[in-house]
Amino acid sequence: MLEKKEIAQLKAFAAEIRMGILEQLRAKGVGHAGGSMSIADVLAVLYGKEMSYKVDDPNWADRDRVVCSKGHAGPALYATLALKGFFPYEQLLTLNQPKTMLPSHCDHSKTPGIDMTTGSLGQGVSLAVGSALACKLQGRSNRVFVFVGDGECNEGQVWEAAMFAAAHGLDNMTWLLDNNKKQLDGTVEEILDTGDLSEKFAAFGFNSVRIDGHDVEAIYDTIHDYDRACGKPQMIVLDTVKGKGVADIEAMPSNHSITVPYDDATRWMAELAEEVKALREEA
Amino acid sequence: MKIIYDGSMGEKELRNIFRDTLIDLVEKDPTIVYLDADLMGCMGTGPWAKQHPDRAINCGIAEADMVGIACGMAAEGYRPIMHTFGPFASRRCYDQLFLSAGYAGNDVTVVGGDPGVCAALNGGTHMPFEDTALFRLIPGSTIVEVTDYAILESVMRQLPYLPGVKYIRVDRKKAKPVYEMGGEAPIGKGIVLREGADITIIASGIMVQEALEAAKVLEAEGIEATVVDMFTVKPLDTELVLQCAEKTGAMVVAENHNRIGGLCSAVADALVENGAKAAVEFVAVFERYGEVGTREYLQEACGLTAGDIVAKARKALARK
Repeated sequence: MLEKKEIAQLKAFAAEIRMGILEQLRAKGVGHAGGSMSIADVLAVLYGKEMSYKVDDPNWADRDRVVCSKGHAGPALYATLALKGFFPYEQLLTLNQPKTMLPSHCDHSKTPGIDMTTGSLGQGVSLAVGSALACKLQGRSNRVFVFVGDGECNEGQVWEAAMFAAAHGLDNMTWLLDNNKKQLDGTVEEILDTGDLSEKFAAFGFNSVRIDGHDVEAIYDTIHDYDRACGKPQMIVLDTVKGKGVADIEAMPSNHSITVPYDDATRWMAELAEEVKALREEA
Repeated sequence: MKIIYDGSMGEKELRNIFRDTLIDLVEKDPTIVYLDADLMGCMGTGPWAKQHPDRAINCGIAEADMVGIACGMAAEGYRPIMHTFGPFASRRCYDQLFLSAGYAGNDVTVVGGDPGVCAALNGGTHMPFEDTALFRLIPGSTIVEVTDYAILESVMRQLPYLPGVKYIRVDRKKAKPVYEMGGEAPIGKGIVLREGADITIIASGIMVQEALEAAKVLEAEGIEATVVDMFTVKPLDTELVLQCAEKTGAMVVAENHNRIGGLCSAVADALVENGAKAAVEFVAVFERYGEVGTREYLQEACGLTAGDIVAKARKALARK
């Protein structure tokens, strides 16, 4: 259970992450807004409260791992890592510039704090499974968190990895499924209806729950209180809104990757800054 | 490497060497881990694997996932060696090999079994003539095609410790030994099996033995052939290729693979890039799929026999 103060702090952190995402997209004028904004609240819980990590030692062997299998949400992780001090905040202005340390899709070799290189959908989940298996075999007590998209579940590899994770009892894994209901060409329902993903993963052998993916309290409780004694990997289907946090982006029918006019972004960031200010006062 | 070739078939199967070397590697190095995609039975590793679930992982019939898992383990400090049949170890999971392994910098060793016509009775669906080409395209990759028992053991001991994506192309059945066991075959160095001034035959895998037989036939005709076992396809021993081209001026490249993208292409690239002058002919598969049949039948059908090498050698000599 989080204290009221902590809830306000995590909400403020989430809003700051969203500002950081917009900072990057404003600088470049374009980018993956929708699926970055939708996972900001989970990232706030992970990096603001739940996870063990060392900013000055990003490859610390016993850290909790984060694999962003939906690699296009890189800007959300970059904002989070910059706010936590893994690299200077100013680096966010270099997103997708030549020789940047922040490419569109996550790259372990370029960015401190990024645990796996991802981008070709479906591949990150297997990487995370390999990481979780290795950590178990090495006797580590850490956890591996993997972000997977609902559209990404179109990929067969996701289900291969799910079968393996359950069959091998990888209870050190938590899959965070960003169920924002949209993929590039339209809604998940109309492109390739995945059905009830929580039920599907439960059938695959996961301990599966569905929660509000923007409720930091629910997110924290579900992750923190997970009883690994069940011997199953955890699936948290996060009921989210693509583009969450900025009404204009949320309202766009297609917001996977959007052009970001400088003035609009500045206005959105100012609104978020007000939100952060209010939450900080509350905290 | 001490050469002992006499044309006779060995007693062991290559898979026995694979298994025994693998077990030895695992016992000596806690970072070595073995993954398979439900084909442990084909390599004889099954009973041992069952006793060592922490070091031998059966990923089921899910090659893409196996590559990802191996890469995830590599990121955590392991040196994974994964096996499945050649087509499933290359075409089936190519994007995973290219990105999760190569691009992401996760160093893994891939063993592709039953190369080319060695797939024999499993037929066209299981017959890879493209695997070397695909692996060559991965930046920083290393590719070995196994000649016999000694080469297999030697490369298995070296490859896990090299960076990048490493590919071992190997048959699992009996082979005609070319080398005495126990020697070290340095990766990236071709081995000259015999010297001759008239023509060079550069071969890999099962075509090495065919090349040695072809050299005997040519010798009877008064043609002296140099035979090179180019067991490392990448990085190619360019220096040796150029030396041979200069010395003999004629060359046959022989491989149990498509003419495009494998050893034939690698040698041709080396010759062209260095402005070497040589009459070159290829003995390889071209513009066709595999089919079912015995290895002997398929070698005939695909033009991969000693006789094919002799014929191409005569052609190259005529153009010299």
